[in-house]
Amino acid sequence: MLANDPLKRVLYIDLSTKRFWVTERPELFIQNIGGTGVASALLEEECPPEIEPADPKNPIIFAVGPANGLFPIASKTVSMFLSPHNKLLGESHAGGRSALALRLAGYGAVVIRGKSDFPVYLVIDSQGVKFRDARGLWGLTVSETGRFIREREGGSGLRSILRIGPAGEAGCTYACVVTETYRHFGRLGLGAAFGYKKLKAIVIVGKRALPVNDRKLYKETYDEILKRLQEAPSLRKYHDIGTAVNVLPLNKLGALPTRNLRSTRFEEAEKISGEYFAENLLGRRLACAHCPMACIHLAALRTPYEDEPYFYKTTFISYDYEPIYANGSMLGIGSAEGILRLLDAIDNLGLDAMSTGVVQAWATEAFERGLVSEKDTLGLKPRFGDVETYLKMLPLLAQKANEFYAALASGVDYASQKYGGQDFALAFGGNEMPGYHTGYGAHVTHLTGSRHSHLDSAGYSYDQKLSPEEITPESLAQKLFEEEVYRQILSSAVCCFFGRSVYDYETLAQCFRLSDFDYSVEDLKLLGEKILKRKYFFKKKRGFALKKLKIPKRILETVSPHGKLEEAFLRKALSAYERLLEDSGT
Amino acid sequence: MARLKVLDTDRCVGCQLCMFACQRRTGTGGIAECAIHVRSRGGLSRGLTVIVCRACEDPPCLSVCPTGALLKRKGGGVVLSPKKCIGCGFCVEACPLKAIFWNEETQKPVICMHCGYCAEYCPHNVLAVEEDQSARQ
Repeated sequence: MLANDPLKRVLYIDLSTKRFWVTERPELFIQNIGGTGVASALLEEECPPEIEPADPKNPIIFAVGPANGLFPIASKTVSMFLSPHNKLLGESHAGGRSALALRLAGYGAVVIRGKSDFPVYLVIDSQGVKFRDARGLWGLTVSETGRFIREREGGSGLRSILRIGPAGEAGCTYACVVTETYRHFGRLGLGAAFGYKKLKAIVIVGKRALPVNDRKLYKETYDEILKRLQEAPSLRKYHDIGTAVNVLPLNKLGALPTRNLRSTRFEEAEKISGEYFAENLLGRRLACAHCPMACIHLAALRTPYEDEPYFYKTTFISYDYEPIYANGSMLGIGSAEGILRLLDAIDNLGLDAMSTGVVQAWATEAFERGLVSEKDTLGLKPRFGDVETYLKMLPLLAQKANEFYAALASGVDYASQKYGGQDFALAFGGNEMPGYHTGYGAHVTHLTGSRHSHLDSAGYSYDQKLSPEEITPESLAQKLFEEEVYRQILSSAVCCFFGRSVYDYETLAQCFRLSDFDYSVEDLKLLGEKILKRKYFFKKKRGFALKKLKIPKRILETVSPHGKLEEAFLRKALSAYERLLEDSGT
Repeated sequence: MARLKVLDTDRCVGCQLCMFACQRRTGTGGIAECAIHVRSRGGLSRGLTVIVCRACEDPPCLSVCPTGALLKRKGGGVVLSPKKCIGCGFCVEACPLKAIFWNEETQKPVICMHCGYCAEYCPHNVLAVEEDQSARQ
């Protein structure tokens, strides 16, 4: 790497002693690039094997990579921690401005250790870290927290503000961290990890220059990549209607999970489609820093105050496919406005919108079946389609109002172990289901992916490209493994996965070379495997085994576009994937 | 001479491609030497604002420079002569648009030279290069 590249600087912060220091670790980056590669190496160093997620020894790690600040759509930060949600690998990526702010403040990674004995927030800039008293912010919603910090601290346009809401403070295991109002470190409970440490927020400000080894070639490479990004047909849809464009095609295909996946077609899909949102509610579009796509779609929701005539507020709420699925079709809600009201509440409490929707869907079915009573729900009667009741349940859940809501705040896996209903508890590896019932590919991704996220290896996309006859358990495992290996490099750069059609191995190697990282395509493939295996062994050390994974019966009962799914096929694919993880040649 | 014009800040999506382009003129990454700034109007829900020199015909920054480091630019605005600049920052204070930025690494002001490079990268036609009317007459 280049001698004057600040990427090698790792910022260590100890919340217990309120100290910080910087260590230059060029080898760490040369061996692992950045992002996922570096964060997973740091997690291995920092996280002791036998701790609970709430232990102050559980580290919070952020990492960026060489492409951030140099190339377009390289706009993500990777976070890692022991997940409060599934007690395994906590890994979550977010867009917004944090990656640029961190890289341009002059750091490649941040390691947060210890626990504060009172609420604090941090300001990270090129000078280091300031510890600020956050007692006055504790208990505030995500948007209020953002507003107060925004007005108090400097650096508008050059900064990122990461913050949690009441759900993170209370230790809801799928609480998220919100950044730039509309982007999230969404999955696996980074918000709870912040809450355990009494860390309310982090402000990051930076505006450095970054070196390259060939100025002319840098400009040429940049222009070439930008042109390819702007011309890629696969990216156009994110630009226009946004990710919500997926609602109608998935519904048509019979792959849109509806009413806790009792069906895969939603009769009101039209009314919650990306097209409906765009025509009736779209108020503004935004981009993450240094991304030409502008896939962030904000709906302008105008709501009247009940107590006074002609008195309204207009709120801008971001929407995407996954939150629409989880809080729309999954809950039988056929009103875009209803979904937006739920998303607004979810965002302000600081919950992961995907897990929250799936949890409410499970609670509804458990209530219907009499597994839980009105005594448990504090008098509420959850019913598919009933927005008002779901809105009332959200704060109860985020604040763990009683034993039942505290169980819901730990996810469907935990709640169903306590109350029954495991067959329809839609979680994989402890993480609630994404919005794809497309076939074997999707579910093998959910099961095998190191984060149990649809983004780990995108099996849903594989399902839609191939017919069932073309897929065998072994070929599927092989294909998804290769994809997940590749994505380790993409998320070490750190590029948004939407840029994947442009940032192939060759292009990534070309970008890295400009920062004097000398990898061949073959080197990158081997490194991707190494990183993926490292994450797998982190989980294995903590009791994880692919063969022990629960497969919710519901996914076998509800017919997918590839027909009825057989457990034996899924188990075979899991074994094949395990062999690849255990045996691959590194 | 041509000058850069902000056509419509309401079209801005906040991608900041203009800021990175401005730095890339120098062949480097990041934004330290960037003369255009995009920020929210107090949270992204309120939209964005684009701040850049508008090429005043009678520039207040020039009036306050104690060393003559700012020279009047043909077509409006100023040109910085870095050798003469002592980094006092008076020009930053004098600009009512706050369109003069500061390079922490060089401790010198950063002022738009109206080259239009950023406008070429704006995906949403927020920025454009406009020929100076008086020059045409």
